[in-house]
Amino acid sequence: MKRRSGGVALSLGALLTASFLAMAVLAQFWTPYDPEALAIADKLQSPNWHHWFGTDQLGRDVLSMIMAGAKNTVGVALLSVLIGLACGVPAGLLAAARGGWVDEVVMRGNDLLFAFPSLLLAILITAVFGPGAVNAIIAIGVFNIPVFARVSRAGAIELWTRDYVLAARVAGKRAPRISFEHIVPNLLGLLLVQGTIQFSLGVIAEAGLSYVGLGAQPPRPSWGRMLNEAQTLTALAPSLAVFPGMAVALFVLGLNLLGDGLRQRRAR
Amino acid sequence: MSSSDVSSVRCTPLLAVESLTVAIDETPVIKELSLEVESGEILGLVGASGSGKSMTALAILQLTPERATLRGSVRLQGAELLGMRAPQLQNIRGRDIGMVFQEPLSALNPLMRIGEQVAETVRLHGAASAAQARRMAREALDAVGLTGEQGALHRYPHELSGGQRQRVAIAIAIVLRPALLIADEPTTALDAENQAQVLELLGELARTRRMGMILVSHDLALVARVTDRIAVMQAGEIVERGVTADGLRRLQHPYSRALLAAAVPAPKRRAAADAFAGASAANAVLEVRGIVREYPLKRRSLWRSPGAFRAVDDVSLRIFPGETVGLVGESGSGKSSLLRAILGLDFVQAGEVYLAGESLLQATGTTQRRLRRSIQAVFQDPYGSFDPRWPVERLVSEPLYLLDVQPSAAERRRKVALVLEQVGLSSADAMRLPHEFSGGQRQRIAIARALIAEPAVIVFDEAVSALDVLVRAQILDLLADLAQRLKLAYLFVTHDLTVVRAIADRVYVMRRGRIVEQGATHTVFAAPEHAYTKALLAAAPALVNATM
Repeated sequence: MKRRSGGVALSLGALLTASFLAMAVLAQFWTPYDPEALAIADKLQSPNWHHWFGTDQLGRDVLSMIMAGAKNTVGVALLSVLIGLACGVPAGLLAAARGGWVDEVVMRGNDLLFAFPSLLLAILITAVFGPGAVNAIIAIGVFNIPVFARVSRAGAIELWTRDYVLAARVAGKRAPRISFEHIVPNLLGLLLVQGTIQFSLGVIAEAGLSYVGLGAQPPRPSWGRMLNEAQTLTALAPSLAVFPGMAVALFVLGLNLLGDGLRQRRAR
Repeated sequence: MSSSDVSSVRCTPLLAVESLTVAIDETPVIKELSLEVESGEILGLVGASGSGKSMTALAILQLTPERATLRGSVRLQGAELLGMRAPQLQNIRGRDIGMVFQEPLSALNPLMRIGEQVAETVRLHGAASAAQARRMAREALDAVGLTGEQGALHRYPHELSGGQRQRVAIAIAIVLRPALLIADEPTTALDAENQAQVLELLGELARTRRMGMILVSHDLALVARVTDRIAVMQAGEIVERGVTADGLRRLQHPYSRALLAAAVPAPKRRAAADAFAGASAANAVLEVRGIVREYPLKRRSLWRSPGAFRAVDDVSLRIFPGETVGLVGESGSGKSSLLRAILGLDFVQAGEVYLAGESLLQATGTTQRRLRRSIQAVFQDPYGSFDPRWPVERLVSEPLYLLDVQPSAAERRRKVALVLEQVGLSSADAMRLPHEFSGGQRQRIAIARALIAEPAVIVFDEAVSALDVLVRAQILDLLADLAQRLKLAYLFVTHDLTVVRAIADRVYVMRRGRIVEQGATHTVFAAPEHAYTKALLAAAPALVNATM
């Protein structure tokens, strides 16, 4: 029974995630309307045949904005995961391979980064460089670094005790080569699971940052700012808040189901 | 109640298995098997891996995999177990039938105190209050010899040694005083001393508690120590039965005789050990001089420097060309630390390792690579020794990294094919992944990996401990053959004296980081001098039985 529900969760998660990714890719080439085009005459329409998700206070098509927002969200979350992988995994591998004081330094540095919530970091970066999607990516990416460092360190420490690593050392291989040839390939599953989870956290963080105006800047649509703008109009047009809210919730749900499913599959 | 009922009760054996057939996906793995166990009697179920002995144990407990179909009859105290519903079976497992498995670490929950784990069995069967369960747990732990501080209820499994953990597992199995105990390779993961003690304990429990027992093992000599009767299994059938007291030499079936021969392999001495006695340090292929390896202990005070634990304490040894040397000691004696030092893998506090007179620990660059090629290793775990993602060719050719000029792909392939054939595999195996091979085959692959660098010495770290006796005998034959053909020297690190006796010319006995005794194998085995060596020899079951 448990096995089957795990399978269903995995499929559902994969389906939801794939839909949002497809939406983001599609938005790169085509949206029903221009998500940035204003049409004041058509403002605040309820969902109808022309505008499936309705229009906002400036007459922009909400479906188009959701799609363009998906593109923005996926871009930010994906790049920030990549930043986390690119910096965190080598740090974790180094800490695991060298141990001793190197391990201490890397992990205490990690703790330092961990101590800053991504929102605080984003405000710091924004204060210095100004707001924008790139700075959101950096802020969320920096937040991802210690997570990946920890996961890869823990996984690598376990793998370093394996006899095949001992055999590689007898074959004269040094830590960097062993890490690259034996450790990383065997960590991929673990990193994929963690990457999916960090991706979902990235989606939430991006929505949060753009909600407070620290993410993508107008006129580029983002789910967070759509929520922010809908806030003042909830009495007039509740659907304006519902669609971006649902988009965030469903995407995050999908990613979490996918991550859980992958983890369960690994455990079997 | 009619008189026939009464007589049937009296004559019913504790466990009666009749024409039990188990098939997995239509393939029969156990065929028409019948056996009986009486109260207070120990039956040894012996066979090589794949003979169906573990499956028989699982079938009695109805713990076979879901795809398995069972036919026949399994009756416990007259009650048919086959076809019984799950809730009833769960009552029987643990309460009427206790189980002990091979790996004591994975059988225990690492996050639970041992007292709770023993008491949990009592609580699960709803037999007692929490206080009563705790008292019963205490009694069970006392019964398995974990008395006082050693068996304190609040300890965690990781605080215990392998032998102590297996005792906890036995305590869990017997806490409800089951009528039948099934023990599947209960001592295989333990070293010789613990093996003997755990076996003795099981025998004693069966006698004092009038408990029937099935002892499943691949080691005929070991089983003979405690059992009353023996059933030898091959390919899902019992091929021979015997009464242990009659002596193992009475066993007639060729398979039984093969198992017995493999359990006590005959010495394969290639040259008189004394021939090496006159050899001087100058021509030693491996010389280890005064190795000290310390591990820092936890710092207890900010002002006092932390102490250190000496895992290897001033150890020296020599191996001459073509010689096989055994290094014997129980787990925790520092064997593995010494071995890593010899391979140049760990930093050492003092000492030197010379390979044909050249220092390995001081060497760098080309010299270091050349010296490392001359000493290769085979590790214990045939499952953990290979990166699961690498095909055999890449695995076996890994030591070629030590060559100054990396060989071409064709050259690499040729060399891999050559060593694979040397260890009795085919060159076609090069493209397969490690999980496609059996334990014995994997150990052959590990030997091939050691051979490819054309070493002068190969170090074996418990390399045959995880194999069953028949496979072990084959691997030992292969090694003796290779040593002769390729003029190899071996250092055999093991806790298994049977293996040392079979293969080693000379032996070093290690205890608490020190070499306590050394000499030619036959001399040390015939007349051990150090008390520890005597104790080790006395504890080795196979050697005692070899004289039966």
